[in-house]
Amino acid sequence: MQISLTHYLALAAVLFAIGFFGVLTRRNAIGILMAIELMFNAVNINFVAFNRFITPIEFTGQIFAIFTVVIAAAEATVGLAIVLLIYRNFRDIFVDNINLMKW
Amino acid sequence: MPNLKLMLPELLLFAWAILVIIIGISRRRKNNESLIYITLLGIVISGLLIPIAGYGELFGRTFLVDKYAVFFKIIFLGAAFFAVASSSDLMSKLKSDHGEFFGLMLLSTVGMMFLTSTAELITLYVSLELTTIPLFVLAAYRKDQLASSEAGLKYLILGALSSAILLYGISLIYGLTGTTFLNDNLMRLIQQSIQMLLTTASINPALAIAIIMLVAGLGFKLALVPFHMWAPDVYEGAPTPVTAFLSVASKAAGVAALARIFYAGLTSFHSTDWGPLLAVLAAAAMIVGNITAVLQTNIKRMLAYSSIAHIGYLLIGFVALPLGDSGSINGPASLMFYLFAYMFANMGAFACAIAFARNFDSYQIRDYQGLSEKSTGLAVMLTIFLLSLAGIPPLVGFFGKYYVFLAGWTDYRWLVIIGILTSVIALYYYANVIKQMFFNKEKSTLDKVKLDTPLAITLVLTVIGTIVCGLYPEPVIRFAVEAVAIFPF
Repeated sequence: MQISLTHYLALAAVLFAIGFFGVLTRRNAIGILMAIELMFNAVNINFVAFNRFITPIEFTGQIFAIFTVVIAAAEATVGLAIVLLIYRNFRDIFVDNINLMKW
Repeated sequence: MPNLKLMLPELLLFAWAILVIIIGISRRRKNNESLIYITLLGIVISGLLIPIAGYGELFGRTFLVDKYAVFFKIIFLGAAFFAVASSSDLMSKLKSDHGEFFGLMLLSTVGMMFLTSTAELITLYVSLELTTIPLFVLAAYRKDQLASSEAGLKYLILGALSSAILLYGISLIYGLTGTTFLNDNLMRLIQQSIQMLLTTASINPALAIAIIMLVAGLGFKLALVPFHMWAPDVYEGAPTPVTAFLSVASKAAGVAALARIFYAGLTSFHSTDWGPLLAVLAAAAMIVGNITAVLQTNIKRMLAYSSIAHIGYLLIGFVALPLGDSGSINGPASLMFYLFAYMFANMGAFACAIAFARNFDSYQIRDYQGLSEKSTGLAVMLTIFLLSLAGIPPLVGFFGKYYVFLAGWTDYRWLVIIGILTSVIALYYYANVIKQMFFNKEKSTLDKVKLDTPLAITLVLTVIGTIVCGLYPEPVIRFAVEAVAIFPF
């Protein structure tokens, strides 16, 4: 069976949906960050697949994917630092319990 | 050799950010205000370099300087100036020099400046992240305060989530068109793909999903209803200068990116795809923002909800595209003028809140009662800012609202009517603060407010901006009208 663009896009869409579901349902801040990483990687699959099938001569999509990886790393770094700060202050990283401000 | 002169303001500000961080690390003297002045100097020099840099394009259209970009750069630099100047009190609470605070703020400003002068999606995305990642850190900057860490975490999670959603939308746009450049070429390609894909339906599903994801992703950054739930918490928890910066500069950056994507790349889908969508979101923002703001007792939270409502007013200008008739005030130009007006009034209002909290350590509106007794100046200034936000003539906010309503009147009359009605609600909660300050004098226990120099500079400059631009708005409007002429309406 030939693997077509549709297969890649379906894979990316499923991964994105799993990541989004994870963000909404996870209670652990680290888990939420991991789910967001999953969403970024779904987008990367999109970019690389579009690059291969839509513009095989140029490399725009692959370059975009590299930028996304780098930025996701930067975001994760800041994210983990903030989660650490939360742990020091609240002794807890479950987002349900971090609710000083409401409405 | 590319003409890097065009990038001079950004490059200088970037170098200045590094410099400020190094100075902050290398000195261990206790709090004095010199770092603030050094940072302000950098911002002013960067602003002065804008006319020297001139107009033009670099690296294809990856980096371009046009009047549209320059207008937004002035707003960003102005907001950064006021935010840095009003952070003197925060610095004295932190008890040492914090170069990285100012460095991060400058880096975020650099990101915004790049964001507004690009017509290419990779650069747009990278500069959007350069804008927001420092802001995550700044929101959590008061490490000793639980609320600040909580604000940082909430902002981080929703900011990262929104950029993932935005990125998915960008990837679909790239897949539909095969290019990341936002120009006529992109529009033509989209039209072709639509003609190929469409025979029966009126909307291309992939493009519709892409547009919804772009709106959702940028809507989070803008705190657009229904993506606004993070904003009040972050605004309340973050240090107040950061809140002020977030509420003005970060929103202006979101609007700049939104306008660049939708005006330069997707104008031809205005009437079918994104015009009605954004009009509904604008109405929701005005109604939810204003009604919820009435219930608030904390001034930072009240200003947060009112800023959500202001995004609604902005979007009236955003969806009201001009039809033919160039040269006069139109929707996009009124949007830019509104942002300019909002910058002065909102930064000023937050500076007043900082000045009050510096002396009395409270952000509760009920504690403002009788403020005018001993410190009439501060009370009068806060009144000017709130009336400008409410849109009372002859202050600058009045002209902002007036032009936005005027632009929307032909195509989106129902939206303008909602705007006018919700403005009345807005006037109620702004006037409530004014009433507390002026008419509840007998119970007043407040002493005279003491200001420090940078904060006083902020207050004076924002008051001057609010009044002078209100009395004489023509130059700004003319510039805004010229600036939006680049877009193919």
